[in-house]
Amino acid sequence: MSNKKVDIYNELTTSGLIVKVGVFKYRICSPLPILGNSISVLYADYELSEYNDCSGFVDFHVLVKGIGGCFSALSRKAQFFVDDQAPFNALPKQHAPAIIEWGMNWCISSQINSHLIVHAAVIEKNGKAAVLPAPPGSGKSTLTASLIQEGWRLLSDELTIIRLDNYYVSPNPRPVSLKNESIDVIKDKYPNVVFGPISTDTSKGNVCHIKPPKLSVINQHIESPITWVIFPKYQYQSKTYLTEYNKAKALMDIAENSFNYSRLGRQGFIALRNVVDNARCYQFQYSDLDEAIETFDSLGS
Amino acid sequence: MAFSIPIVIKVFSRHCEISDLTEHQWNLLISQARKAMLLAELYYLAEQQQILKTIPITIYRHLKSAQVHSEKQQNDLACELFHLIKVSKNLGYRLVLLKGAAYSATGLKAARGRIFSDIDVLVSYEKITITEAELMLNGWASSKKDAYDQQYYRKWMHEIPAMQHMFRGSIIDLHHNILPRTVKACPNAKLLLANIVDIDGYKGLCVLDFVDQIIHSATHLFYDGELEHGCRDLIDLYNLLTQYLNNGNSINSLVERSNELGLQKPVFYALRYVYIILGFYVEADIFTKFNSNTPSKLIMPIMDFLFIRALMPDHISCNDSWTELARWVLYIRSHWLRMPIYQLIPHLFRKSYKRITSKEKY
Repeated sequence: MSNKKVDIYNELTTSGLIVKVGVFKYRICSPLPILGNSISVLYADYELSEYNDCSGFVDFHVLVKGIGGCFSALSRKAQFFVDDQAPFNALPKQHAPAIIEWGMNWCISSQINSHLIVHAAVIEKNGKAAVLPAPPGSGKSTLTASLIQEGWRLLSDELTIIRLDNYYVSPNPRPVSLKNESIDVIKDKYPNVVFGPISTDTSKGNVCHIKPPKLSVINQHIESPITWVIFPKYQYQSKTYLTEYNKAKALMDIAENSFNYSRLGRQGFIALRNVVDNARCYQFQYSDLDEAIETFDSLGS
Repeated sequence: MAFSIPIVIKVFSRHCEISDLTEHQWNLLISQARKAMLLAELYYLAEQQQILKTIPITIYRHLKSAQVHSEKQQNDLACELFHLIKVSKNLGYRLVLLKGAAYSATGLKAARGRIFSDIDVLVSYEKITITEAELMLNGWASSKKDAYDQQYYRKWMHEIPAMQHMFRGSIIDLHHNILPRTVKACPNAKLLLANIVDIDGYKGLCVLDFVDQIIHSATHLFYDGELEHGCRDLIDLYNLLTQYLNNGNSINSLVERSNELGLQKPVFYALRYVYIILGFYVEADIFTKFNSNTPSKLIMPIMDFLFIRALMPDHISCNDSWTELARWVLYIRSHWLRMPIYQLIPHLFRKSYKRITSKEKY
């Protein structure tokens, strides 16, 4: 990769650090040292560069800084800005690593209508992608974090970006967000996984991001057709069930988890119809991660 | 005072060709246009110049995304207008659409790329109560619950508090005039209602005469204190004026009509700043045709200083060190114009008290 000579802390505090994720480029600026820490850990495998006149087009110009104008260095709160607007309230500065990840997701989910954007994790093996749409609390991220340690490629843990011409998934691999108990579950199960700084007591509890596997980052330009749509549900002490799911219901459920389905109108419907027509749709209930991994590995056979 | 014109303004005033832009320039252009709610408008500008296909895909994606969003808004609006047709039928009289809804229903170019926050409707003052009741029967309910606010709107303003639909969420602003009753220049609404025009395909709905739509747009911009979207509004005016001339009308008749309505000042400013900022050419002697109420020559340099800054996109790259002050002065000016001081002070006092006691949040 090309980023050996980029001084992350310096770029963040001066002209900006460019990070390429899938088809999008972010320019990140921030005077907060904690953000430098998290980016140098989590984004070490990405194509990074300094922002200058020759950087070409950048999709999102984002900034995380303390609030309070010239007193911002003293402020205990930080705010996310994109294109000089602040979509969220200010949060404690120590949450900056989580704020930037949420903000970077927001850039795509609120502003991009050239693709269908679904709130879902998506992983790939042998050229076939599995989309995991699910509301928060369904164990989607824990499951994703495990599967990508077991040979699945991470396309995204949060935003499934579906092309409107061939309905392939356009990868958007970013650090995977883990919450509360899942943090220890993954730490215990995969001691080699690299964690970013933890943000404690956020509105979602404790949040920590893990570094995506290097291969997922290197192969972020490779798009994949959707072969499975799986609605996961973690249920305490449940056995593992994988049951076929009605395609019409699957379509409506994906639509419900989509950010821009209604904006896209007819095009959105046509895209989803093609997705469910060509994919096998399942409901998946589990409590044991090893059994879950086994089930996913047997999907292809 | 040196003031550099932002790239988004240069593009819309054709001082800079889209096809000549470097990717680095596009960075700033997309960012400014997004903040100024002009991204979809930029898509249509490129489409009109038939250069959409030459724009790199990474950039095109953003323009297209904004256009998709704006098209969805147009569809939603059309759907709401069909509900208003029913309201008009039950009432037995016509409803006048104002601003964005009017541009969209009549297919004006100024409708393209708009994001609609509400639907503005005008009826005569006597019909306000019964129209409000009929809107309520059809699901729109007042969003302001506070008795002072309700009384304030009904006593002093040109509209009643916004009504939001309980299920669909659409918002209607019901007006009986285009300026608050407390404004000295408040026009006689009967003059506006006398010239309304039916809309093809929307039985029972109509719009102001084209010239009055332009005057309303100017009045809205130059009496309103909230100028964050001033740039977008100025480009609306540019589009309206261009189409007005293309339809064979003359700026002379616009000025004459503003004399009739007593709204010379906003039209004067509109013509001045579409010329200075966007390069919309008007003959210099047109400004002598206003019969009264025009700003004095002495004050012009000050107004130029303020408006040229305040009408730029509200984007950090478009500000100089005076911009914030300019916006603040114009905000105070708008209140000064809208309410006599003996009404303004008790009103602001009441508002501050409620904010301090946090009965009201902004």
